[in-house]
This record gives sequence, structure tokens and C-alpha cells, in this order.
Amino acid sequence: MSLVGEALKQLMRKPSTLKYPSEKATPPPGFRGLPIWDMKKCILCVLCQNACPPSAIKLIGKGQEAKVEYHLDRCIFCGECVDACPVDAITMSGQYELAGSDRSIMVLCFGKEKPVIPVKNAP
Amino acid sequence: MGYASTIKVPFGPQHPALKEPEHFLFECEGDIVVNVTPRIGYVHRGMEKAFELGTYSHDMYLAERVCGICTSAHTTCYTQAVEELMGVEIPARARYIRTIIAELERLQSHSLWVGIVAHEAGFDTLFMYVWRDREVVMNLFEELTGGRVLHAINTLGGVRRDISPDAVLKIKGGLDYFEKRTKEYLRVIKTERTFLKRTSGVGLLKPDDAASLNAVGPTLRGSGIRNDVRVDDPYIAYGEIPFNLITSDGCDVLSRTVVRTEEMLESINIIRYALDHMPAGEIRVRAPKNAPPGEVVSRVEAPRGELMHYARSNGTAKPERYKVRAPTLANIPSLCKTLMGVHVADIPIILAGIDPCFACMDRMLIIGKKTNEKRYFTR
Ligand code: SF4
Ligand code: SF4
Repeated sequence: MSLVGEALKQLMRKPSTLKYPSEKATPPPGFRGLPIWDMKKCILCVLCQNACPPSAIKLIGKGQEAKVEYHLDRCIFCGECVDACPVDAITMSGQYELAGSDRSIMVLCFGKEKPVIPVKNAP
Repeated sequence: MGYASTIKVPFGPQHPALKEPEHFLFECEGDIVVNVTPRIGYVHRGMEKAFELGTYSHDMYLAERVCGICTSAHTTCYTQAVEELMGVEIPARARYIRTIIAELERLQSHSLWVGIVAHEAGFDTLFMYVWRDREVVMNLFEELTGGRVLHAINTLGGVRRDISPDAVLKIKGGLDYFEKRTKEYLRVIKTERTFLKRTSGVGLLKPDDAASLNAVGPTLRGSGIRNDVRVDDPYIAYGEIPFNLITSDGCDVLSRTVVRTEEMLESINIIRYALDHMPAGEIRVRAPKNAPPGEVVSRVEAPRGELMHYARSNGTAKPERYKVRAPTLANIPSLCKTLMGVHVADIPIILAGIDPCFACMDRMLIIGKKTNEKRYFTR
């Protein structure tokens, strides 16, 4: 009985939940979502690769051809790569709908020419 | 009564009342439990071995994943152990930020638990309200650290993100609301008849038993014993912050609930004090890559009780041995004692009463059939 007042008040209120997926929450700035590489800035120092705890980052190629192969299925969204980068080439976007059931499409390639080249179809 | 024999009731590993796979075998005489045999090890993840394979800086993230609810308790304990091995002194501001995050986590974890216990008591209305208000703390985490569950804020040598003056105001605003709500829920817990009937006098654990069976955390404090690592062996900034140690001597599920709810109010005061007295300055110092040979035990008061980490280094960048003793493991013997003589219908709420986190504590024992050789795998 002690929650009756609370329940009555609730009648006048909006629901506390959102109707996902038609309504989506906006993550606050600083949210650790999908990391994005800006290869125009990258100096290929491999610091991000070394800092990454689950080895989700692999730098391949040299010079203009260099690419960052990012394994979304391994990433734990810790943000160590962002902290490690000396030229701020990595930013963590607010993207959070990254779940999938197929690991083979969860490899993203960031290259110099085109900013984002999904290996197959990005999630 | 005259029951010819006892019946064995298997409980788990997959059971609607358990959130994680674990097995208990109850021997019952009629409706009364007369013997309990726990069987643990279903969610053993081999994490201690994984610690030995990673470097100190990478293992931080492994420590964070030992438990999904007390992530920062584990990282605080890990960083404390490794920093001592390395001889790193963290800046004062970092100590305060770690304390604030640890206490916010206690709020989050205890309110999660109050919801679960209300649900087990069949009082789902309270469960819904408590979990709605828990979102306030989760949203604060999201703003402060960038993650709702895995905060990734502690690091070797300090913390990774500062708390800005804006964020201080936001935390205080959130806490004001949360405090109001928690006081309301404390009133409901203490007065609501349906809840009292299900929890008062249920799951009695005498102070003597709690102490001799080495219960920890709110389970121990719910039996009236004053024991809290934050007070007994202050770490991070707890030595500089005045706060009360909460105990309750009902020895039942109700007093465990009251201890946790009052602890939430105390945590709110700790956070307020820490926000007001946070020294300015650096938040992080550089930690070396390697740790000189040595060994260390580190203790923190996780929301569920005393958490212990042990590390041994050999001069390289990777630990030679790492061991984790999660609070749930320490509470299993006293839990079995508590379960003796209860009604079968009370099992779920008593189990939930210790706030079990089985995956954190799982151990494995392999016995060679022929040689009778025994091998333990911890964590
Ligand atoms: S966020 Fe962490 S896990 Fe993900 S790529 Fe960066 S360093 Fe690796
Ligand atoms: S740390 Fe930055 S600059 Fe270095 S390789 Fe990674 S993205 Fe490029």
C-alpha cells in the first residue's frame, strides 16, 4: 500500500522508456562508441595498435597505401587507441548500434584514399 | 513429523531463480531444507591464466571484466596492487575521482540489488521503481566515463578522465534526486507489509556464524558485525572522508536490505564530500612498463563485500601470477549455513540476499579418477 501515492503520480507522467528502435537515445559527448580513423592525419606510428588490449587494430601497408584494419568483433571500446594517438587521428563516435551475428563482416578498413572502406558491408 | 527419508531437490545450474548458472543440491525433509551441497564451477572463464598472458596495462581491461556490476571495484583493486608493485604514487585528485566512481558504483549495484530482492519477494512494483531511478546513476556514468557499465576510467598511475566543474553540478543534481528516492524506498522497505512478511525473520545468520564462516560485506554487516575495508584498512581517499559504517542486527534478509539501502545514503554523502574536497592538480602520472619482482595483496570493499587481488611480478611487463578472490566466494559457506532449516519457498530470496555474483567467483576442481590427483583452477 505504501506505493499507492507513487503509482497515482505515475498516471500523469510520460513513460520512462523509449520506443526503441523508432526512438533512439542520444549518447552524451565523450561516449565511447565506434572508433573512427582519420587517415589524413595518421602518421603510421603503430602506437594505437600496441595500445589496443584485445589486438583489434592492425596497420597494413606503407605510405599512401597504408590502411588501418579495425576488427569490430574484437574491440572492447576502451578508448586506449584514442589516448595513445599522438596526432588525434582517432575519434570515438556516438555510434552504438554495432551488434551483429556475422563476424566476417565486422572488419572495417580505414584507408588514405577513401575515408571508410568497409571490407564487405559495414554493420 | 516422521518422514521416512529426505528428498533431494536439485537447484540449478539452470534455474528460474538463479541469474547465473550454479548448482545447489538441497536435501529436504518435507518442506524443510536439512542439508545443502553447493557445486560451483559452471562459469569458470580461465581469467587468472589470461592475466598472466597480458601486459600490466592491458590486464586492466581484463580486471574490469571480472564482474559486470562491480567493474570499478576490480579495477581499483587491480591498479592498487600493480601500482604498489611498481612503486607508483597516484596524484591526490586521482584518488578522489576513483573514490567518487567507486561510490557511484556502490549506488548502482545496491539499487540493482534492492530491485532484485524486491522481485524475489514478489514485490515487482518496487523493483520497477528502483530500477527506473537507478538510470540516474547509469546516465551519470555515461557522462563521466563514456560507458554505462564498463567505465574504463581507472588506469595505472591515476585516472583517464577528469571531473569538470560542470560535471560536478550534474552529479550533485543527480544525487539530490537519487537521495530523495532512496529515502522513500527505505521507508517502503521498512513499512510495506508484503515486503516485511517475505523478508523479516527469513534467512537468519547469527553473528557468531557470520564471523566464524567469514562472511563479508553487507551479509556480515546485516548480522551486526562492524567490518568494512573502507574503515578498517582505508584505501584511495576513504581515509580522508568522514562516513558512518552501517550495520543492522536483525540477521535476516530484511536487515541485509536495510544495510544496503542505508549504505546508499551514506555513499551519497561520501560522494558529496569528495566532490567538495577534491584537490586540484594532476590526474595521472606515468607508470613504468615493467614491475620489479615482488608480490602484493590488495583489498577493497566492493559493493558485495571484501574483494581481494593477489599479484606476483618477476620483473617483466606481465604478472607471473594473478589471483582474484571475489566476495561471493567468501559468502558461500555462510549462505549454506543460512539455508539450513529454511522452507523451500524461501530459498530464492535467501540466495538473492547475499547478492551473489557467481561468475566472479567460479572455481574448478579436477580430480584424476585413477591417480586421485586434484587440481584446482581458480577464477
Ligand atoms: S577502443 Fe580499445 S579495443 Fe577498441 S580499437 Fe581502440 S584500443 Fe582497441
Ligand atoms: S596512433 Fe594515431 S597516428 Fe599512430 S598509427 Fe594509430 S592512428 Fe595513426
